[in-house]
Amino acid sequence: TTVLTIETSVPFIGHRCEPPSRNVETTPKEVLGFFRDMALMRRMEIASDSLYKSKLIRGFCHLYDGQEAVAVGMEAAITRRDCIITAYRDHCIYLGRGGTLFECFSELMGRQSGCSKGKGGSMHFYKKENGFYGGHGIVGAQIPLGCGLAFAQKYSKDETVTFAMYGDGAANQGQLFEALNMAALWDLPAILVCENNHYGMGTAEWRAAKSPAYYKRGDYVPGLKVDGMDVLAVKQACRFAKEHALKNGPIILEMDTYRYHGHSMSDPGSTYRTRDEISGVRQERDAIERVRKLILSHELSTEAELKSIEKEIRGQVDDAIARAKESPMPDPSELFTNVYVKGFGIEVAGADRKEVRGVLP
Amino acid sequence: KQMTVREALNTAIDEEMSADPKVFLMGEEVGEYQGAYKISKGLLDKYGPGRVIDTPITEAGFAGIGVGAAYHGLKPIIEFMTFNFSLQAIDHIINSAAKSNYMSAGQISVPIVFRGPNGAAAGVGAQHSQCFAAWYGACPGLKVLVPYSSEDARGLLKAAIRDPDPVVFLENELLYGQSFPVSEEALDSSFSLPIGKAKIEREGKDVTIVTYARMVDYSLQAAEILAKEGISAEVINLRSIRPLDRSAINASVRKTSRLVTVEEGFPQHGVGAEICMSVIEESFDSLDAPVERIAGADIPMPYAANLERMALPQIDDIIRAAKRTCYRSAPKAAAA
Repeated sequence: TTVLTIETSVPFIGHRCEPPSRNVETTPKEVLGFFRDMALMRRMEIASDSLYKSKLIRGFCHLYDGQEAVAVGMEAAITRRDCIITAYRDHCIYLGRGGTLFECFSELMGRQSGCSKGKGGSMHFYKKENGFYGGHGIVGAQIPLGCGLAFAQKYSKDETVTFAMYGDGAANQGQLFEALNMAALWDLPAILVCENNHYGMGTAEWRAAKSPAYYKRGDYVPGLKVDGMDVLAVKQACRFAKEHALKNGPIILEMDTYRYHGHSMSDPGSTYRTRDEISGVRQERDAIERVRKLILSHELSTEAELKSIEKEIRGQVDDAIARAKESPMPDPSELFTNVYVKGFGIEVAGADRKEVRGVLP
Repeated sequence: KQMTVREALNTAIDEEMSADPKVFLMGEEVGEYQGAYKISKGLLDKYGPGRVIDTPITEAGFAGIGVGAAYHGLKPIIEFMTFNFSLQAIDHIINSAAKSNYMSAGQISVPIVFRGPNGAAAGVGAQHSQCFAAWYGACPGLKVLVPYSSEDARGLLKAAIRDPDPVVFLENELLYGQSFPVSEEALDSSFSLPIGKAKIEREGKDVTIVTYARMVDYSLQAAEILAKEGISAEVINLRSIRPLDRSAINASVRKTSRLVTVEEGFPQHGVGAEICMSVIEESFDSLDAPVERIAGADIPMPYAANLERMALPQIDDIIRAAKRTCYRSAPKAAAA
């Protein structure tokens, strides 16, 4: 097979480490796969936006469009024995770990066939058999949890690593520094991935962080700043980080990325940033368009073929939504399942104990 | 054979670590210092620093690391130097540990034990003297255990470590040095106690006293004195706050028709309040007297010895309440 060597958009910037080469090796197959995976994620998120607006998705819903290169590039560098844990913007991470569109849409719509049987919702997707540990709703909590996964990997001599993902908002959380300190003391194979989309909800990074150079914020812990809109740069950085973490312990990857949607569905995303800023990123840095250009300039495929892939993806998404819509809501008996692994058959009540009672299995 | 609660906890951890290589102990001063209260004495030497892990003083961080390790299938024992410090980490206990199995529809189980001394010690002031049984007992997804004797401590801690769910294990510093007789059975390494089952520490027929942890001791002493005055008190040692053994409580109340709840914690929204409601729901017709509650005073714990004594339940308080349920007069408590 042909090996392509592609230069990253910008150089990596290292903190206490020698950055990896800008020249990334890839293959036509991999690049076409990147296009397909990112386009699928984007289509899924756009469709989720519509489902939300037609009130089929409830509550909170945080969309990932714009940031796809991070999820896809990371997967290209690691195996399913490595672990990933993230915050609430988790739909695409789940998809990257081998989750299906059907289970994703089912969960978003609170159906029995959802990846958490409709009991988790948008923020609580998991796929443990492929090393995906959620899906966490409390900003920053997933960082010590991720370091705990890395602790277990080292304890069990697995020779695998954990990627703990968080945003620039969570980057100021105290527990990040607590966990990173222990990860560094104990050389845990933990990779902290700061997806810097430049806004924690509506607060610009410079209003929340005295130093927004998140890759340097580990002080004694090495870091690398990466163009998170360049899937090949992400892949290169994650491969480098995995090798580093197995040998030397934790490292921070700051992914410079951007979310096109607002923070969540209640946020139009335009009160704290200009429309020009958003369209500027779309035009100049979009991850999918970058790969499209790469494919066309290397003549790996044609414009028409890429269009037909996108059309096929739209079909897949529409089909998954249609099937998810037909799936039943969870059975009422599910109310009382999974509270415990071992519930000892304890009696438990609904709101009116005279009306609804159950037993914890 | 006699054994202190401290030895009971130490041997329980030791035996479970020896039986299962996935069990490890993590917390402040658990290793080289041999435990702030010497519960982990000797374990570092025996199991090494890979399994007995000294942490920095960062509860949110190490509790979260423990929960993450449990997600991956290890069986961490996280020691809090006292449960007062668990508030630094309560997000991981509730949001990361207690809810994950449910939110993931059973994918992410969390076999972890959070343990350490809880409740009032002596003379340590408000920030180090609070009972968290009602707090953690209010959270579905957690199991909350409250040992009293050495047999409780051994049997419940071993059950907690083996359990596949997150367990909050509330010890009492003032009981650590206390000795109790232990049976041959309880000394066996296979011993454990069932989670969610209360123990009738003393049978009686006139009034039921439901209590836990150190207050079991006070309640037994009160029952002894009440017996001399012709009142036969049944003392129930809860052993478990969640699950709560409602059937044992109600069965006893149906027998005695009178109930006194005794706890060190604050009265409002406390363990006694829940017990009282359970009895109203299930045994209202059996009650011959209003339920009585003895609890810690509804104030932050004072330092001065005399004030501290007034802030905590005393044996006389329990006796007085029991007599009230039997419509017997008793001397009044000293006015504040």
